[in-house]
Amino acid sequence: MFKKILVANRSEIAVRVMNACRVLGIPSVAVYSDADENAKHRHYADEAVHIGPPPPRESYLDIDKIIAAAKETGCDAIHPGYGFLAENPLLPRRCAAEGIAFIGPSPEAMNLMGNKVESRIKMTEAGIPLVPGMKSSSKDPAVFRKAADKAGYPVMIKAAAGGGGKGMRIVHKADELDAALEAAQREALNAFNDDTVYLEKYIASPRHIEFQVIADSHGNAVHLFERECSIQRRHQKIIEETPSVALTPELRARMGADAVKVAQAADYVNAGTVEFLFDPDGNYYFLEMNTRIQVEHPITEMVTGIDLVVEQIRVAAGLPLSFTQEQLNQRGHAIECRLYAEDGDNNFMPSTGKILHYSEPSGPGIRVDSGVMQGGQITIDYDPIMAKLIVHAPDRATCINKTIDAIHDYKILGVKTSRDFMVDVLRHPDFVHGNTFTDFIEKHMGDRDSNPAKYRDLAAAVATAAAMSAPGAVSSASSGNGVVDGATPWQTIGPWQIGDSISAKA
Amino acid sequence: MFRIETKVDTKSEQFRQNDQANREQHAVFKQRLDTVKLGGPEKSRQRHVDRGKLLPRDRLAKLLDRNTPFLELSPLAAYDMYDNDAPAAGIITGIGVVHGREVMVVVNDATVKGGTYYPMTILKHARAQAIAETNHLPCVYLVDSGGIFLPLQQGTFPDKDHFGRIFYNEARMSAKGIAQISVVMGSCTAGGAYLPAMSDETIQVRKQGTIFIGGPPLVKAATGEVVSAEDLGGADVHCRVSGVSDHYAQNDAHALQMARNVIENLGPSKRFPLDLSASEDPYYDPEELYGVVSNDIRKPFDVREVIARIVDGSRFHEFKELYGTTLVTGFARIMGMPVGIIGNNGVLFSESSLKGAHFIELCTERKIPLIFLQNIAGFIVGRQYESGGIARDGAKMVHAVANADVPKFTVVVGGSYGAGNYAMCGRGYFPRLMWMWPNSKICVMGGEQAADVLATVKIRQLEKQGGKLSEKEIAEIRQPVLEKYENESTPYYSGARLWDDGMIGMTETRQALALGICMSLNAPIPDQKYGIFRM
Repeated sequence: MFKKILVANRSEIAVRVMNACRVLGIPSVAVYSDADENAKHRHYADEAVHIGPPPPRESYLDIDKIIAAAKETGCDAIHPGYGFLAENPLLPRRCAAEGIAFIGPSPEAMNLMGNKVESRIKMTEAGIPLVPGMKSSSKDPAVFRKAADKAGYPVMIKAAAGGGGKGMRIVHKADELDAALEAAQREALNAFNDDTVYLEKYIASPRHIEFQVIADSHGNAVHLFERECSIQRRHQKIIEETPSVALTPELRARMGADAVKVAQAADYVNAGTVEFLFDPDGNYYFLEMNTRIQVEHPITEMVTGIDLVVEQIRVAAGLPLSFTQEQLNQRGHAIECRLYAEDGDNNFMPSTGKILHYSEPSGPGIRVDSGVMQGGQITIDYDPIMAKLIVHAPDRATCINKTIDAIHDYKILGVKTSRDFMVDVLRHPDFVHGNTFTDFIEKHMGDRDSNPAKYRDLAAAVATAAAMSAPGAVSSASSGNGVVDGATPWQTIGPWQIGDSISAKA
Repeated sequence: MFRIETKVDTKSEQFRQNDQANREQHAVFKQRLDTVKLGGPEKSRQRHVDRGKLLPRDRLAKLLDRNTPFLELSPLAAYDMYDNDAPAAGIITGIGVVHGREVMVVVNDATVKGGTYYPMTILKHARAQAIAETNHLPCVYLVDSGGIFLPLQQGTFPDKDHFGRIFYNEARMSAKGIAQISVVMGSCTAGGAYLPAMSDETIQVRKQGTIFIGGPPLVKAATGEVVSAEDLGGADVHCRVSGVSDHYAQNDAHALQMARNVIENLGPSKRFPLDLSASEDPYYDPEELYGVVSNDIRKPFDVREVIARIVDGSRFHEFKELYGTTLVTGFARIMGMPVGIIGNNGVLFSESSLKGAHFIELCTERKIPLIFLQNIAGFIVGRQYESGGIARDGAKMVHAVANADVPKFTVVVGGSYGAGNYAMCGRGYFPRLMWMWPNSKICVMGGEQAADVLATVKIRQLEKQGGKLSEKEIAEIRQPVLEKYENESTPYYSGARLWDDGMIGMTETRQALALGICMSLNAPIPDQKYGIFRM
């Protein structure tokens, strides 16, 4: 086993990895930039190394500095967390050259999965279902017609150079295809100066369902069931849950087996995630594989009881997986909410500032992975994720209620968060009924009443409470507190007169 | 301190009956209070407002800090007196907060017979001043009064506690450094002119407030000179020419703001330091008092159950729990302030009197305010007790109460009869404030006993002459006595005559006491001195 592990990341995931190190009795080393001088992860580690100014490419993305820090502190392994260098093959390559273990997949696996074309070809060979469509473009409408017939309507025409919906056309019937193709080509030409378009099956209202996999260096690979991450805002996942209401046990087994097949096809070692698009008819299509520990991994840990990061470290140290596929099962339901420092009531504008008050919910089945502390600063330098609230309960309905309750118990003052938005999502009848598709936010939350005035009563109550606890404060609580911080009953009782409070009714 | 363990069964029939009866009595109290708070007749109030003047309670609200308590004194003064023509005796008095400082406020109600002084008005005004003097509270007089109510002049003018006393009080308080401030918002005629004239600072409202020793009719009668009230004693005269007033106000609201400014500049106030701790709500719900307290004055209840619903955390450090058990004594806190509490659980015996005297000594030595919860039929009687010296032991407690100079507060929670009233700090023993609950009774003795005594006297007289009374004749002697005593022992009868500082609801006791104790700390607590305890 490793002697010391450097965590090449920051915030909650860094703290999460350090926790796994503690479980294994391995000292951990943090790296931090100027902006994170007082960050939680810096103080959470056994040692910390300063690696430069706030911009990531001068600190957290600087491989030289990371390697130097590892050598300086005598680390024999590096965990990259997610984001930053996690999916950059240069880091594992450099690690190999320096004789440091990289806790993650091989650079070859990363390369393969990073290349969408190559990985599609590889997966087709392995017999993994992909979204049907054209493998390459064409100018001939007949090729498009043939491809559309094969894929089945509706289909979507997309610009090869595309993005932002330009040059994109959804076609529902064969006789609409030619006109749509022309329009798409014209639009693509105008927008990108390139009229190359291609066609694939259009999946309306899909779900995003992914499978956690892990493989060791002894040829063992297993999946740890699915996570449904359909609740997304502009491709950013907000709420994840497991199990997915959309899967039957048979489907789950089939998809899980395919996910393992994907890992094996890529000669994959360590933890990874296989993403599928899931259509309302129960068809699923391989999207991509993420070669890192995912933000949403804790919900898998909650229902399987497996510590994925501990297992990552063990596998990287050359140990075999500590469980077999047969030993794994799902217990209960888990939901994760991502707490971003952004204003959920004002178009998710980033919110920065000092965290004036911070208290986390707690209790059985409630887990908070956080990278912030009271008094800490939220700056614009990094990803705005502050913490993740993970809740486990025996069933989905209970889990939803428990999550809402925990969000209400989560108190953060100083920076704005998306917590009210999340409560509105969790309470939405379509969410409650499991109608979770990737267009959920767009469809249901677009006209959300985010008028802050509706929280005015709450704000008034908080302000009153704060004022009451201040010295010499005047309150209006008729039950009356007495001498508090020098305030006398004349100051604390509030408006009161003899006879006012007499309630004659029994 | 340990928490009192309640023994009350809130599900019991007794509790339910008490609860219902006490709530009914409180409803009557509240309804009477609400009526009195309206002030004078509708027509007078309308005329008052039409003149651009604020109603007395609106003036009060503008004077006091917003969202602060007002501890009103004797709102039911003169209740059922003077044909009920003088609600609240035509004057509002009480303690409120101005710029964070407790002040005594005296407000004439000109909608009640022009704000004139009935005998009870004078008592109420003077009582407010006495409280201010004892507790060092600045006084603000919102003056709007035609002077003495002339039809009742015989009860208002010459005696030592009559009208002149009010101005004497002003002078004496001013000498003690207790600020006297007048706001002239209406007439101040004759004697009334001295109220602003003897104040430290005076504010007068233009074309509304007048001050003169003799009004226009008197001037005309005496000298033949014809002059308007405004020219004789308006704000322009007094602020610009005579110098009787100091501040010239445009209207009521302006005047009241000025009064606040005056208070703002009184300099620092000092509060006697007590050993304070954080406040804690009572563990037992004060609303349960309705069911805890027996509504029948003859049925006893454990005063600890009352204490448990008044004090912080229902915690009570009882003193001499097993000795002289008809008196309950002990330490507690009310809104963080330490108090010694003395409550009755029966008639006073020698032991309970000695215990009471001992406990009072503890509190006065430690400078802890005392609270008396009166529910007392009197001292024990009979040969055994007289020969045991009950009079001497009772005297020890009365002596201790009389000389105790810590702030004392009395709440009559049941009966207050006979010498028990004295030992338990009745009005004559100068409690800083004294309140009565709606269920309480106060009388020299119970109606039954009084009727028995009077009947026995009559029977003895007749026996000496060889006669004998029939049952019917005895009943005829007893009945009017019973009725009279019943009528005269109610808290309304007592409160109307200023034998106390008014009634409070059971559930308001904690707040009233807290405000009262805190208010009393504006005056220092002197070192204790007793006279001779007869041993």
